[in-house]
Amino acid sequence: MPANPQSSSLGLNTYKGTWQYLQTKHLLNRTLFGAKAADITYFKNLGLTAAVDELLNISTSLPTPPLNDYSSTTVLDPNVPLGKTWVNDFTTDGTLNSYRNSAYKKWLLSVWLGQEKNIREKLSLFWSNHFGTEADTIFYSNLTYNHHQILRTNCVGNFKQMVRAVTTDPGMLRYLNGYLNTKTAPDENYGRELQELFTVGKDGGAKYSEDDVKNAAKALTGWKLDASNNAIFDSTRHDTTNKTFSAFYNNTTITGKSGATGAQETDELLNMIFQKTEVAKFICRKLYRYFVYYYIDANVENNIITPLANAFIANNYEIKPVLKLLLQSEHFYDSLYVGCQIKSPIDHVVGFLRQYEIVFPDAVTDYVDSYFLYNSMVSQLIGMGQNPVDPPNVAGWPAYYQTPDYNELWINADTLPKRNKFTDLMIETGYTKNGKKIIVDTILFVKKVCTNPSDPNLLMDSLFAFLISTDIDPALKNTLKVQLLLTGQASDYYWTDAWNLYQTSPTTINFNIVNARLKALLKYIMNLPDYQLQ
Amino acid sequence: MERRNFIRNSLALLTPTVISGNPIHILQDHPLLNSSLLATSNNDRVLVIIQLSGGNDGLNTVIPLSEYSNYNNARNNIAIPENKVLKLTGNNATGIHPSMTAMQNLFSDGKLNIVQSVGYPQPSFSHFRATDIWMSGSDSNEYLNTGWAGRYLNNQNPGYPDNYPTADNPDPLAIQIGSLSTLTCQGPVVNMALSISDPSSFYNLIDGTNASVSNTNSGYELSFLRSIAKQTNLYTARIKKANDSVTQQVTYPNNSLASQLKIVARLIKGGLQTKVYMVNYGGFDTHSGQVVASDTTTGTHANLLKVLSDAIAAFQSDIVGLEIEDRVIGMTYSEFGRRIKSNASGGTDHGSAAPLFLFGKNVRGGVFGNNPSIPESATVNDNIPYQYDFRTVYSTILQNWFCVTESAQTEILTKQYPILPLINASVCGINDKNSTFSKEALIYNYPNPFTNFTKIDFKTNGGHTLLQLLDGAGTVLQLLVEANYSYAGMNSYNLYGSSLNAGVYYIRLQNEAKVYVKAIIKM
Repeated sequence: MPANPQSSSLGLNTYKGTWQYLQTKHLLNRTLFGAKAADITYFKNLGLTAAVDELLNISTSLPTPPLNDYSSTTVLDPNVPLGKTWVNDFTTDGTLNSYRNSAYKKWLLSVWLGQEKNIREKLSLFWSNHFGTEADTIFYSNLTYNHHQILRTNCVGNFKQMVRAVTTDPGMLRYLNGYLNTKTAPDENYGRELQELFTVGKDGGAKYSEDDVKNAAKALTGWKLDASNNAIFDSTRHDTTNKTFSAFYNNTTITGKSGATGAQETDELLNMIFQKTEVAKFICRKLYRYFVYYYIDANVENNIITPLANAFIANNYEIKPVLKLLLQSEHFYDSLYVGCQIKSPIDHVVGFLRQYEIVFPDAVTDYVDSYFLYNSMVSQLIGMGQNPVDPPNVAGWPAYYQTPDYNELWINADTLPKRNKFTDLMIETGYTKNGKKIIVDTILFVKKVCTNPSDPNLLMDSLFAFLISTDIDPALKNTLKVQLLLTGQASDYYWTDAWNLYQTSPTTINFNIVNARLKALLKYIMNLPDYQLQ
Repeated sequence: MERRNFIRNSLALLTPTVISGNPIHILQDHPLLNSSLLATSNNDRVLVIIQLSGGNDGLNTVIPLSEYSNYNNARNNIAIPENKVLKLTGNNATGIHPSMTAMQNLFSDGKLNIVQSVGYPQPSFSHFRATDIWMSGSDSNEYLNTGWAGRYLNNQNPGYPDNYPTADNPDPLAIQIGSLSTLTCQGPVVNMALSISDPSSFYNLIDGTNASVSNTNSGYELSFLRSIAKQTNLYTARIKKANDSVTQQVTYPNNSLASQLKIVARLIKGGLQTKVYMVNYGGFDTHSGQVVASDTTTGTHANLLKVLSDAIAAFQSDIVGLEIEDRVIGMTYSEFGRRIKSNASGGTDHGSAAPLFLFGKNVRGGVFGNNPSIPESATVNDNIPYQYDFRTVYSTILQNWFCVTESAQTEILTKQYPILPLINASVCGINDKNSTFSKEALIYNYPNPFTNFTKIDFKTNGGHTLLQLLDGAGTVLQLLVEANYSYAGMNSYNLYGSSLNAGVYYIRLQNEAKVYVKAIIKM
């Protein structure tokens, strides 16, 4: 077994090797929440360049917004009727906001599950982790919704513009107290995290000072929220003194401005920060860790991070060209990196639901049952350690930043059993609401994954190729075939006969014979530690 | 236990068996689950670490009554009214937050120790960096990928996790309550802590495959996943058994910290030989709205402290009832304290040193150290300088509670730190005479305030003596004296401060375990 993580010496040159099922699945594993069988075929046929282009091409239409699923005789919403969206309504009612936050999470599951064939949702999760806001703290659900819409619409766009939009986004002003930041007592919360977490980072080259934090806070004074939670600039609260920064920022002075022009200091501050190459490097390292692997040594720093950061700067902080370079690089497809990512809980749960093409009731026309069932998925995610839009703090989930373990932090004695329980449950009993059931349809599933499920060897190969991203010992595959599919029988034709009999004569008995074996096999494959990797 | 059972069951453990299509994991008959081995050893000391995430406001937790008017000036909008501060038996200079009545009682019972102004030189104001520093026990400018408790457990159990559990060590070395894994117990190879949130229910995992893994990063991560599955299976049945064996506990308050501590008490009583338990309680990042403006004794921070205080008191009363009080001490910590001066949002920004609590029958009750001195008109930059390095607390726990040798302590914490008289060290066979807390002033300076020069007289009992100059933010600027004196007495140091900016500075003296901090003012 390898004693340490390894790095590839390959760089950003375009990958010229073979473009097959394996490479396609690798790309989709990293850019979508799980791939359907048909998705893999579709992108394989496109070829590398067209596949990457399509994944990075985000449609402008956004998902239908979340609805009121909570009104009842005891919960009254005076402004938004049941089944209508609340995103344009502002309320100070804590109970309503709590119901709406909960509806938001259920809705988010529906968006993830129904994601289009592009990177938008996977990348939006990256940005929501990057800016690390907590819905619970933002409190006002319409602000949470708007905050995430900024990230969603800008996800492959311009990073600098995204930071600018987030800086005075009412959700963020609330979350990091920017709305309370005044000249009499500057609140440093946003001024600090803007630098430490959102832009220049804390890696070796980032040497901004404590005074820089204080001066950034001063430059940002004056932003507040009006009675309806709109961001406005109040020049009477703005610190009009000059703000001189440290040598790290070339001793830049932001000249204090009075009146409405004080708001310009926000842009000047961002302009100053974005002069630092550390910004591009910090973001590229984070993108690399999210899309490739957490291990960055001198090799990766020199061959990937530095040229990627240069491209980021040359493209004026446009995100799409950077991702294009990375996702079609020979580095990305090096076999060292295939299947080396431990799935996040969202990858695990949503990826599973998409792999098995589990159909939920329609989130608009049957929102009651649908939201109820999505809520079960939210509970699963919380149990596994990833409460959607409520990371533990502003740094996001530790698995995305905490050295030296990174995504190994998702897995421990508590969460690994929960992951197995979830896949077992979805195969055995599923969830039911008002007669609507979400559960794995084993027959439908193997037909989608395998061209000829009557052949037990082909079936085993197809299932492992689709569900597993590690190299599986052929002996284990054979053992599982014999013990689970053939239930101990010596000859392959016992399975073939059983399958064919069910196809020609789909009685309950014949169904049960096939279904019981498939259920046992699928459960076992997903209980293998290998299933946790993508 | 019969030896042949041991062999048979050990083999069965490593082989996944498939019966009727269902993976079965043989665990139930494992000899290590034999109840005779679950008997409690009274020699096993346990540490419970309570992490208060977010940076707890130390000045509103432990209130320096002797500095009350300066305290009140600095944070008028959030200050606790003097007459509401809870008094501590036998101590007029220091009080605690009005919501902490349960811990006030613990103090009266001699089971609570308040260590003043715990921190370190060059404090970090970043949550994440500061948390890493506390968990790893590193210097401010040093990056350690292992945790201090992880290095301790590794020192005692070299080679873990290969071939663990053993007959001598049948249980997880450390347990983290919750779904997270933290740096505190990260060892050089693996995390030494098992994370659990529900000790009453576990799931068997597939762990038996010994098939080789590919020489790729995927193979590397797969080995990790398999090791977790294996460790989980090996330990969880024992945990469940320990958990289920305890049926009577006191009533705990209904909050997440109390629920976590309730599990801890149960597992200790249930016979686990686990040395370190970690629980977490968050929400201390009170940048705004820390108090209700109309009554500063209420609000977010008051609620947090009430939860902390009630949960610790319930835990302590539980372990008395469970008769494990002798074996257990607890420690709280937060990644930093908060700024002396409050902000206009009715909150406080990130600060540096803060008090820390130790609790249990075997801690020495009292307030250890002096109140932080607070400038007459605190500015936004002013912070509390550290009196006690947090690693001296770790060092004390390691040597006076876990009984590791001085050389092992030096290896675990990477440097030698003194022992503070915080714990009844008789468990380690140490008859510690240095148990009274000196309040005596050990530093004088003249003139003060000064312009270019001030003479600092300091008193040493002989032995290792350190004199440091810190700025108002608590950062060590200069090491003035470091010497081994062969005699006790007064010494002096001439500080030429013409290059210093005007403001508050601190002189910190450390003579063996004795620490004294004095504010000096540059005009």
